[in-house]
Amino acid sequence: MDNTIVATHPHTHETAVAAEHEHVALPQHRHHFETPEQQREAGTFGMWLFLLTEIMFFGGLFFAYLLYRNWYNPAFVAASNQLSIPLGTANTAILISSGFFMALAVWAAEVRKKSLLVIFLVLTTLFGLAFLGIKYFEYKEKWDKNHIPGQNFDVREFVNPHAYGLKEEPLAPDMAQKTQVFFFLYFAMTGMHALHMIIGIVLLFWLMWRANRGEFSAGYVAPIENFGLYWHFVDIVWIFLFPLLYLINRHPVS
Amino acid sequence: MSATSSTILNLPDQRTATLPKRTYINNEDGLLSWLFTGDHKRIAILYLISITFFFFIGGAFAGLIRLELLTPQGDLMASDTYNKMFSMHGIIMVFLFLVPSVPATLGNFLMPIMLGAKDLAFPKINLLSWYLYWLGGIVVLGALVLGGVDTGWTFTTPLSTHYLNTHVVTAATGVFILGFSSIFTGLNFIVTIHRMRAPGMTWFRMPLFVWSHYAASILMVLGTPVLAITLTLVALERLVGIGVFDPTKGGDPLLFQHLFWFYSHPAVYIMILPGMGVISEVISTFSRKRVFGYTAVAFSSVAIALFGFFVWAHHMFIMGVSNYSALVFSLLTMLVAVPSAIKTFNWAFTMQKGSITFETPMLYAFGFLGLFTIGGMTGVFLGALGMDIHLTETYFIVAHFHFVMVGGMLMAFLAGIHFWWPKMTGRMYPESLSKLAAVTTFIGFNLTFLPQFILGYLGMPRRYHAYPPEFQVLNVLSTAGATVLGVGYMLPLLYLAWSLKYGAIAGNNPWQATGLEWQIQSPPITENFIEIPIVDHEAYDYEWLEHKTAQEVTTVG
Amino acid sequence: MSEYHDPSNVVNPEHADHHIVTPVTYGIVFATLLIFTGITVAAAFKNLGILNPVVALAIACTKGVIVILFFMHVKYQSKLVKLTVASGFFTFLVLITMTLSDYVSRAWGLW
Repeated sequence: MDNTIVATHPHTHETAVAAEHEHVALPQHRHHFETPEQQREAGTFGMWLFLLTEIMFFGGLFFAYLLYRNWYNPAFVAASNQLSIPLGTANTAILISSGFFMALAVWAAEVRKKSLLVIFLVLTTLFGLAFLGIKYFEYKEKWDKNHIPGQNFDVREFVNPHAYGLKEEPLAPDMAQKTQVFFFLYFAMTGMHALHMIIGIVLLFWLMWRANRGEFSAGYVAPIENFGLYWHFVDIVWIFLFPLLYLINRHPVS
Repeated sequence: MSATSSTILNLPDQRTATLPKRTYINNEDGLLSWLFTGDHKRIAILYLISITFFFFIGGAFAGLIRLELLTPQGDLMASDTYNKMFSMHGIIMVFLFLVPSVPATLGNFLMPIMLGAKDLAFPKINLLSWYLYWLGGIVVLGALVLGGVDTGWTFTTPLSTHYLNTHVVTAATGVFILGFSSIFTGLNFIVTIHRMRAPGMTWFRMPLFVWSHYAASILMVLGTPVLAITLTLVALERLVGIGVFDPTKGGDPLLFQHLFWFYSHPAVYIMILPGMGVISEVISTFSRKRVFGYTAVAFSSVAIALFGFFVWAHHMFIMGVSNYSALVFSLLTMLVAVPSAIKTFNWAFTMQKGSITFETPMLYAFGFLGLFTIGGMTGVFLGALGMDIHLTETYFIVAHFHFVMVGGMLMAFLAGIHFWWPKMTGRMYPESLSKLAAVTTFIGFNLTFLPQFILGYLGMPRRYHAYPPEFQVLNVLSTAGATVLGVGYMLPLLYLAWSLKYGAIAGNNPWQATGLEWQIQSPPITENFIEIPIVDHEAYDYEWLEHKTAQEVTTVG
Repeated sequence: MSEYHDPSNVVNPEHADHHIVTPVTYGIVFATLLIFTGITVAAAFKNLGILNPVVALAIACTKGVIVILFFMHVKYQSKLVKLTVASGFFTFLVLITMTLSDYVSRAWGLW
């Protein structure tokens, strides 16, 4: 007994598929997909589902931030003002640029321009590395000022800001301790973001290598496209992190 | 074919059945061909072996728990050790058995075939899922070997973050990894269902098994990451002392619970929905009747998934949430019970005026119907705010979730394993022995867990290794039942393994069931189908099946 | 397409075009994002009272939506992808608002 289902319609879909697609099937076409379109759509859909998990993953951190910003608003304001606006803004611009180059890389793959693709991927990576470089610098600054939450956390700048030349309201000692909560969330959220960027950059190196070999300039754009989705998502997380962490209350105390 | 007097109607002549020459099992040889496979059927078998292994480890812990509770005093083990027993039992049973049980075994095996596809959308991610399962499992076993964790499977703060020296971070890491295994399985299912159905397989022609897995997969993808971040925060709290859950540093321990239960409530629906899918298939087949109210059952699966996201704080009524919040969550909990009830009514009406026979899968399905109903209803009792104040953290809760998870889900899993065993292995298991096991399980289960409802109502707290002497009789009954239950679970392990070599050959469709999986050979070939089918009939179309089998050669194999 | 009508999906489900977004569009989007970044920084230095966080989040949401629609091509994708993105944000909002409802109602008037 064979395995064919006896259909009541004539078995035309194979010929129909052949007629629809004049171009040769891509070598990367996996056997369990009927058409390359199906494979590409499935890949994009799958990547979006993965990004949904990332939204929910960061969601928990965003909620903790929301809660404690409201409970300890003075501490959050004072701590946030310790972050550097020029560096934060520069990082935002750098990451948006990185995203711009990634989008151009997808375009280059779609129009099958190999050298442009590689250039744009390189630019994406460079700007991503620049972002991480500035982040490292910011983290180091926190380390030097003993603003890493934990045993060595130093609250003096918050209890007595005028002595450090800061135009801030002094905080009561217990509220000053709550600045640790801000810094914990700052490190957790930007750290988690940076981890995702590092993973992305590692993947970028792999993609650059493959792109250079011409793997993505003959019609097979899915890895570039789907990586682009991931990279833009990481960009969006930062788009929210920047105002939430750096711009809590920068207007002068009235 | 006309009905005969045998219990299996229309059973073709078994004696003419032969095993097919080329199957997914003998297609390639060697351990590596299994360990690096992309074939969803092989991955399903790998999962089946894995979860069985962990099930018996979790079961061993259950045995130790019941042994301790034979006597009112805490005499078998110290209280800390007892805490480790129920914690490990919970972690292993929830994350290493219940969550992957039906989806990763039956779902992986059957879904592509039911949809008319050659494989899942992402076979390599499927394999990755299995490897992550083992990585997580080994880390959890590592936590066990290093000395165990005693927070309960719920890792409640501030106990887990500030008051214990046990291997919380290790266990949390294991669960984190297992979460990703679950996410990738769910992701794969969703893409497959949306994008890889055969021509003619519209949404409303899919078997209800697929609808249930779709709903469960949505929960897996959207809920599990919140568990991941929660466990990460617990680990950071322990390792670095950041204060996010520490009141002395300004944190709120209840924040942990909100984030934890945001996943863990949908998790219980992740666990039960695939089982409900199995029950739909089994009841329909052994009543020879299409599922009553297909659309209602399909939509109620999705409704359970949706509403399941809105009720998590009913696990936290006494923990310090505001009264208004508790009220809202209590009302929403009443709402989430409705789709489950709809399904139960539909199953009952499926059986009405059907030609019911009592093969083993149907026995398990009957067990499911009764026990899940009791478990579900007691869930509604607990959802009522006033009742919960009295009953929470007592054995009533323990009985409730064991009724839905063991009496419900585990029975559904066993029903599914028995129902699709012939398809997966090409062999039948010994029917009388399997019926005995089913009945033993049912009796053992009731003896174990019914007394626990009474114990809970009388006020015996959960997670205590000692209790007042007046509760001993009920506890002894419960432990006795646990022994019977253990026998009931050992038996399938033995006779199913036996059947692999000595079982009768099954043929394509021993149950005369509808569904694409029953139209192909048992065991299937690696590609599932020689040609992708074009589907032109509804699900559970027994007239189509009769028409088709009447046109076929009447020998099996 | 073929004589056999495929209401399901094998070939091209919703006949979504492979619309190729041009570099010009990307350039406009890029510029817009940078401008919004500037606006949000400038707004932070003005005292808008209760509106400060509102403006900051509104700008961030706008930037996010622009990235999603254009850089991530969602504007040109199938309804399924659009629905998927929406469901992700819906679930995120459920997490935030329903958890918040507990904290807000714990101390009515003190929040």
